[in-house]
Amino acid sequence: MRSPQLNRHGELTHLLTIEGLPRDIVTHILDTASSFVPLAERDIKKVPLLRGKSVFNLFFENSTRTRTTFEIAAKRLSADVYNLNINASSTNKGESLLDTIDNLAAMQADLFVVRHASSGAPFLIAEHVAPHVHVINAGDGRHAHPTQGLLDAYTIRHYKKDFTQLTVAIVGDVLHSRVARSDIHALTTLGVPEVRVIGPLTLLPSGLEQMGVKVFTDMKEGLKDVDVVIMLRLQNERMSGALLPSAQEYFKNYGLTQEKLALAKPDAIVMHPGPMNRGVEIDSAVADGPQAVILNQVTFGIAVRMAVMSIVAGA
Amino acid sequence: MKLHIQGGRLVNPATGEDRVADVFIDQGGIVAFDQAPDAFVADQTIDAKGLLVLPGLVDLSARLREPGYEHRATLESELNAALAGGVTSIVLPPDTDPVLDEPGLVEMLKHRARQMHQSHVYPLGAMTRNLQGKVITEMAELTEAGCVAFSQAEVQLEDASVLLRCMQYARSFDYTLWLRPQDPYLSKGGVAASGPYASRLGLSGIPVQAETIALHTIFELQRSARVRLHLCRLSSAAGLELVRQAKKEGLPVTCDVSMNHVHLTDLDIGYFDSNYRFAPPLRSQRDREAIWQGLLDGTIDAICSDHTPVDDDDKLLPFAEAEPGSTGLELLLSLAIKWSQEQAVPLAEALAKVTANPAAILGAAVPASCGKLYVGADADLCLVDAEQYWTPTPEGLKSQGKHSPFIGMELPGRVKMTIVEGRVAYTDTLI
Amino acid sequence: MTTPTPFASLDAEALYATLRNAVARLLAGLPAENTHLLGIYSGGGWIAERLQKDLGLAGEPGFLNISFYRDDYEKIGLHSEVRPTSVPFDVQDKHLIVLDDVLYTGRTIRGAMNELFDYGRPASIKLAVLVDRGGRELPVAADIAALTVALDPQQTLVLSQHEGRFHFEFESQSPEPDHA
Repeated sequence: MRSPQLNRHGELTHLLTIEGLPRDIVTHILDTASSFVPLAERDIKKVPLLRGKSVFNLFFENSTRTRTTFEIAAKRLSADVYNLNINASSTNKGESLLDTIDNLAAMQADLFVVRHASSGAPFLIAEHVAPHVHVINAGDGRHAHPTQGLLDAYTIRHYKKDFTQLTVAIVGDVLHSRVARSDIHALTTLGVPEVRVIGPLTLLPSGLEQMGVKVFTDMKEGLKDVDVVIMLRLQNERMSGALLPSAQEYFKNYGLTQEKLALAKPDAIVMHPGPMNRGVEIDSAVADGPQAVILNQVTFGIAVRMAVMSIVAGA
Repeated sequence: MKLHIQGGRLVNPATGEDRVADVFIDQGGIVAFDQAPDAFVADQTIDAKGLLVLPGLVDLSARLREPGYEHRATLESELNAALAGGVTSIVLPPDTDPVLDEPGLVEMLKHRARQMHQSHVYPLGAMTRNLQGKVITEMAELTEAGCVAFSQAEVQLEDASVLLRCMQYARSFDYTLWLRPQDPYLSKGGVAASGPYASRLGLSGIPVQAETIALHTIFELQRSARVRLHLCRLSSAAGLELVRQAKKEGLPVTCDVSMNHVHLTDLDIGYFDSNYRFAPPLRSQRDREAIWQGLLDGTIDAICSDHTPVDDDDKLLPFAEAEPGSTGLELLLSLAIKWSQEQAVPLAEALAKVTANPAAILGAAVPASCGKLYVGADADLCLVDAEQYWTPTPEGLKSQGKHSPFIGMELPGRVKMTIVEGRVAYTDTLI
Repeated sequence: MTTPTPFASLDAEALYATLRNAVARLLAGLPAENTHLLGIYSGGGWIAERLQKDLGLAGEPGFLNISFYRDDYEKIGLHSEVRPTSVPFDVQDKHLIVLDDVLYTGRTIRGAMNELFDYGRPASIKLAVLVDRGGRELPVAADIAALTVALDPQQTLVLSQHEGRFHFEFESQSPEPDHA
């Protein structure tokens, strides 16, 4: 089955998931992002690539952070940006998802950035829109958050250069995490030889090994000699679903402290998709420490999103 | 009305009979094979050369959406679909609106169906009031009104003591309970089978234990209650193994699978295609192989279409939000032939799963000749061109449910004519 | 298919020498500390780099990757594999000398100027190229062109660099049967 993200010429026309993307396309996105990074230093931080284009941010799940970075990225490409925050429950009672899309397309939308609580929603949209309209997945259910996976890969490349020599550990609630899934696909596609996943069994989905990762329930074991530590956010709801007893116990066993970080390589970098729960998954000393590159992830995130938008819009 | 069906290949799955023979029909029944009875002058002669002559199919689960869901489908459209699929006997799940827990409602439904002079409709009665799992329904009254057995449809009983009492009550009258083995808590929120594919897609999974634990509970209770059970829509290798053991032990149990599970696996979901959203969910390749094995060794008695018309509004949604189910009445026969071809199962054996075997499960609730062909039998037949390939399309389907994973797929075997009670009820217009 | 250049004067090294002398004369009339060289990737970039060294100029030249400023993005999308734009000096009120290998339709130069203006307002921009091959589609002109020659649309001219020396590759696709 041809990936719905690629058009007839094999060009990336939507970004829905990193899974199934050829390595050269992923690398092209990262290389293009490099070109956009210096823009942040200029007075005029814009390039005219998407001038006259309308970008609609369709967020069915609230997220001011992600939406803002997409907005900045689109504006730096000189696009016109429109933000729609749609409460998921009102969609059930009112307009269907596809009707909403049709209405916006009738308003000359060129690009949709979509965040939705249901895995697969962006695929449904991508199948439905006209050929000149592009869809970027800003997070669908637990399935994927491809721009986050790409910016995490970009960050790792920036600090570590060669993917093929690395061991990367992803720690936390992988079961519910679209970031984790996208990170895993990005890293395995780019040739990272060992991707580790660390967490309690209640937070690890079945069949992870088939995605090419090594599973650890003991964080001390899992962090030994890693080059990169990616900490995932633990959501409060997990405490109430008979998945975990308490935040304190979680922090004790799976929180990143300086002591645990010392088990990794001395030049290991610490990443987090944000927002952080200090004292739950990560210690403040580590979050603010020299090995954390979390703020740079945000900067790179804008460049990566600019790269993705300009690549798909040009297909 | 005297009918003479000439030169067709008679296949009677009940006996394995497979030969070219003429069939003579009079007053709604089969009066002879091969030679016309004395003084028989046909009112209509049907040239069946090159066609299979089969008993009308018996479908153990088809939702006709009446009463209550008429905006999705009606008896008219769905019974037309049944005839187009060669299905002459249909079992209806009780999850209509209102639920089939009132004798008056059942009578009305049966009456309405009878008036249409199409396929025979056999409703299942709700096992508990409003399917709520608390109060047993008036099973005797409902049986008198026409219910053939009792079921909870897709609604799971949480309280095992209620299940035990329903079993004991049904046993007192020798009724059969049709149960869907699925633990309500292990399956809660799940939309796809737990496993690597659901994990990749970020879809909430239903572990296989949801089926096996429910089966363990059901069999334990059945050991004490000794009620006759029919288990609906098995989906897993582990579940089938439990059924195999239970049958070996001598428990009075039969089971069926949905035709969708005979052909599809979780991988077919592809990029979140909600046409592959089913309850129970599609499972892995290994589970599908276990289903094939179970059909061959008799662990699985019958295949049903699990026909569930769903409209665009409920299907064109993200996978987890879409309604499970697909249209299936018109595809049941073709998919049975497809299975027989692909897995090298002799035709009569494959067709038994949709004719004689389901009829046997229904037992005394249906006429003795249901699903069979013999002199003296009710003339419920279909004529099929097994060599004709056709492709289902939304416009071509008679059902109002236009969603099926098999749309656009070329299928073998086209129903050319369906005869119910000795009358031609459907003739194919596609050349 | 490479044919021997019908123009003997397409000797890239000789043309570079001409260009270098002309740029030196130009620079003599401009304030050194407020003047900068910029090359358009890839050919112009090599030229800028070599000129900076050969003319003994202080600092670094700038490099322009104009792929974000092209006017044909709709048609060809974003495929640039060259290095990103780098402008390591202030552009405001400066004299800029933009270098490129071949001046043709003028669209590349328009993109380059648009990009430069996003960095600030230069005092002046001068264009110096190795070859002006005609075929302009926009009102753009070179201040310095080592060679001016009219080429047909089917003819392509590409600069390459090998071991520090420039070389032009000239190709003529499907020549018309009767040229005489």
